[in-house]
Amino acid sequence: MLSFIAKRLAKAVVVLLAIVVFNFMLIRMAPGDPAMVMAGEAGASDQIFVTQLREKFGLDQPLPVQLYRYVKGIATLDLGFSFRQQMPVAKLIAERLPATLLLTGTAFVISLLLGVLFGTLAARFAGTWADTAITILALIFYATPLFWVALMAILLFSVSMDWLPSFGYETVGANYTGFAHVLDVGAHLILPATTMGLFFMATYARMTRASMLEVKRHDFVKTARAKGLRDAVIQRRHVLRNALLPVVTLAGLQAGTLVGGAVLTETVFAWPGIGRLMYEALLQRDYNLLLGVFVVCSAMVLAFNLITDLIYRAVDPRIEFAS
Amino acid sequence: MSAATTVSIRNLKLALPKGSDRPYAVDDVSFDLQPGKILCVVGESGSGKSMCAHALMGLLPDTIIRQAGEIAYDGQNLLTLDDAGWLALRGRHIAMVFQEPMTALNPLMRIGDQIAEMFEAHNLLTPRQRKQKALQLLREVGLPEPERSVRAYPHQLSGGQRQRAMIAMALALEPAILVADEPTTALDVTTQAQILELIRDLQRRRNMAVMFITHDFGVVSDIADRVVVLQHGKVVEQGAADDVLRRPQHPYTRALLAAVPSMQPPPRTPLADRARAVEVVGLDKTYVSGGGWFQPERRVQAAKQVNFDILQGETVGLVGESGSGKSSVARLVMRLIEPDQGTVRLGDTDFTRISGRALRKERSRIQMIFQDPFASLNPRRKVGNIIADGPIAHGTDPAVARQRAAELLGLVGLNASAMERYPHEFSGGQRQRIGIARALALEPEIIVADEAVSALDVSVQAQVLNLLEDLKARLGLSMLFITHDLRVAAQICDRIAVMQRGGIVELKPTATLFSAPEHPYTRELLAAVPGQISSSRAA
Repeated sequence: MLSFIAKRLAKAVVVLLAIVVFNFMLIRMAPGDPAMVMAGEAGASDQIFVTQLREKFGLDQPLPVQLYRYVKGIATLDLGFSFRQQMPVAKLIAERLPATLLLTGTAFVISLLLGVLFGTLAARFAGTWADTAITILALIFYATPLFWVALMAILLFSVSMDWLPSFGYETVGANYTGFAHVLDVGAHLILPATTMGLFFMATYARMTRASMLEVKRHDFVKTARAKGLRDAVIQRRHVLRNALLPVVTLAGLQAGTLVGGAVLTETVFAWPGIGRLMYEALLQRDYNLLLGVFVVCSAMVLAFNLITDLIYRAVDPRIEFAS
Repeated sequence: MSAATTVSIRNLKLALPKGSDRPYAVDDVSFDLQPGKILCVVGESGSGKSMCAHALMGLLPDTIIRQAGEIAYDGQNLLTLDDAGWLALRGRHIAMVFQEPMTALNPLMRIGDQIAEMFEAHNLLTPRQRKQKALQLLREVGLPEPERSVRAYPHQLSGGQRQRAMIAMALALEPAILVADEPTTALDVTTQAQILELIRDLQRRRNMAVMFITHDFGVVSDIADRVVVLQHGKVVEQGAADDVLRRPQHPYTRALLAAVPSMQPPPRTPLADRARAVEVVGLDKTYVSGGGWFQPERRVQAAKQVNFDILQGETVGLVGESGSGKSSVARLVMRLIEPDQGTVRLGDTDFTRISGRALRKERSRIQMIFQDPFASLNPRRKVGNIIADGPIAHGTDPAVARQRAAELLGLVGLNASAMERYPHEFSGGQRQRIGIARALALEPEIIVADEAVSALDVSVQAQVLNLLEDLKARLGLSMLFITHDLRVAAQICDRIAVMQRGGIVELKPTATLFSAPEHPYTRELLAAVPGQISSSRAA
C-alpha cells in the first residue's frame, strides 16, 4: 500500500509539473505585456520605466529561464508576487483557501448526503409518484442556473423573510469571538452551501438511484432474500453498499473540482474565497496570482484523485494495490 | 397429501404480464417433494422451471400473477402467506442454491459473514457462535482451509469452492427443503461431479427434500429419484427417474433425450493426406500481474509449449477445465493476444510475424464464433450491419456486402428479413446463427469456435452443431473447436487435444481418445462426464 501511494505521488508530481509548464506557456502566449499593463496602471508608461519593470521581474530573460525560475519557486512554495495586491501569491491564497474549503466542503457533504438519501428513496419507490417527484426536484435544481437559484434564495430568505445574512463570510464589524463567531460564520454559510449542494445533489441522486436499481437485479440480492433477511437489512447491507461504488468514483471526481468550481457561488454571495480571487485576478490580468490559483486547484484535483483511489480500494476488496 | 410428502404443489398457474409470448409462465403444474428424495425438474430455457422454484421460495417477481393452485407445506398454503410468514420460512425451512455462485454471493462481504447472516436473519445464536458455526459448515461441505476461506471474499475462491460455500449457507439452518437452481451448470465436469456428490450426500444425511432444476439429462440420471419434464410451462411427463429416462412416454421427452450428444464418437474418414491449414509451434504465454515493492508478482502460465496443427477440412477440439488455457490458446491463434514465444502459421503465412496492413488483411482468413450469443452481438446495430461490417472494412462495396449478408443468413437458416432487425429480437439459438453468419462473412479458411454451443439448450445445440458440420463440409472450412463438454467434442471433432494447466497432455483422434485414454487427467475428465450409463440407453 505504501508503495502504491509513493508511486501515485510521484506520478502526481509529474502531472503537476506538466500543468504548471502548460499554464505558464498559455499565459505568456496571451496578448498583452504584463510590464506594459503594470506600467500603465502605475500611470507612467514611458519606455524607461517599462524596461526597469521588465528587468526587476525578470521579464527580459528568455522564456525558458523565466520558466525555470518559476518552477524553482513553486518547489519552495513560492508562487510569485501579485503586483496588483502587493502581496506574495502564496499568502493571498493561504488567506482565502480556508473560506473556500469550508464552503465547498459543506456543499459537498450536503450534496452527497441528500443525493444518496434521495437516490435511495427513489430506487426504493421506483416507478411511483415519490420516485417521479424526487427525480423532478433534483432535475430542477440541476437545470436551473446556479446564480439564479442563489439570487432567489437571497430574495426569499434574506430580503423578504430576513432569516439569514445574504453575503460575506461573517458580520462586518461585529468582531465575534469563540462560539458566537462559529454561529455567525455558520449562518453566513447556510445559503451559499445549500445552493451549491442542491445543484450537485442531482447527479448523486440519479447515480445512486440507477446504481441501486442495477444492483437489485443481481443474484446475491435474491440470495439475501432467500435467507429470510428483512428488506431494510437487504437494502442497506447488500444493495446500498454495492451501489455506492460508482458514487464514490463520481464524488472523488467532483471533490477535486469543487475548489475551483465555486466561482459563481462565491461571486453571488460575496464569499471571500479562491473562486472570487481567481475572478478578480482574471479581470485585473494578475498573471502570477492566476497561475498560482491554477496550480493550487490542480494540486487539489490530484490530491482528491489519490484519496478517491484509496477509499475505493478500502471499500471494494476486489481491487488490490498491486494491480 | 400423504404423510411422506414435504411439499405438495397442486395445479399451480402463474400468469405472465400482458404482451409476453404466452399467457402462463407455469400452467397447471402439480408435483410433490418428498423427504430424502431428489426431484429433478427438467426443461429447456423458458420452460418455467425457475418460476416453479421462485414460487416455492416466495421470490416471484411482482409482474407474475399467482392465478390458481396451491403450494401446501406444513399445513399451510404458501401462496397465501404474508411477508412476515415468508421471512420466517425462507432460509429456515426452505433454502436455495443458485446457478452462478460468483453473482449469488455479495462481492463486498466475507464468506463467513454471509453464512453468519443466515443465523442473524432468524435471530439465532450470538455473533461469536455464528462465526464458529460458519467455520464448522465450511468444514462440512469440504472447503479446503476453512479457517482461511471463512475470511475470504467470494472472488478469492474458485467456482467450485464458491458453490460449496453457497451450499454451506443454504444448509446452515437445516432446512426441510433445498431448492437447487442449475447449481452445477457453471462448473467444470470434475467439479460438477464433486458438487453433485456433495448434494446427494448431505441430502441423504439430513433427509432433505430436494428440488433440483437442470437442463442436463446427464445430471438427471446421476442424481434424480423422480423427474418432472416441463415444456412451455406445462408438465409433459413425470415419474420415477428410471422410468422417464428408460421409457420416455411423451415425444418431447424423447426428443430431449435424443438430443443429448452421445459419448460414442461417430466414425470419421481419416484426413492424413490434406495440407495443413494451421500450424502451431511452441506457443508460450504467461500472464504476469502485480509485482510491487511489497507484493510478489503473480504468474499464470496460460500456454506452455503448445504444439498442434489443423489440416484443411479438419476439426480439432481443445478440451479441458476452466483455467486450463483453452481460451488463451484460441486467442493466441487468432492473434488477439501476443505470444511470448512460438509461431502460428496459417497455410504458408507466418501469422505471428506480420503486422499493420498485412496483418489486417490476413485476419480475414481466421474468424471466431463466441460463447455468449447475447454479449457477442452489438445490441445497437442491425443484424445486416453486424454481418456486413467486416467485408466493408476489408474494402467490399457496401451494396455487395449487404447482398452477401442476406445470402449468409439464408445459409445459416434464417430469413433475409432478419437484416433489418436488432439482436434482442432473436432467441439464443438464432443469435448464435447470426454469430456464425458474421464469422463466415469474410470467407475465412479457419473458424475458431470458443464454447460456441455451451450456452444453448440441448435441442438447439444439436441444430447448431449440425449447421457447423454442414457448413464445414460445404465450404471446406477447418475448425478449432473449444469446449468443456466432452459429449459435444465427441460428436464434432476429428481429433481432440486435452489441455491442463496451459499444456496439451494428450492429442489423439477422437475415437482413440475416448476408447483408449492414456493420460490420467484425460481419464479423470472422461469419468466425470455425468449420465454415462443412461446416455447409452437413450442412444
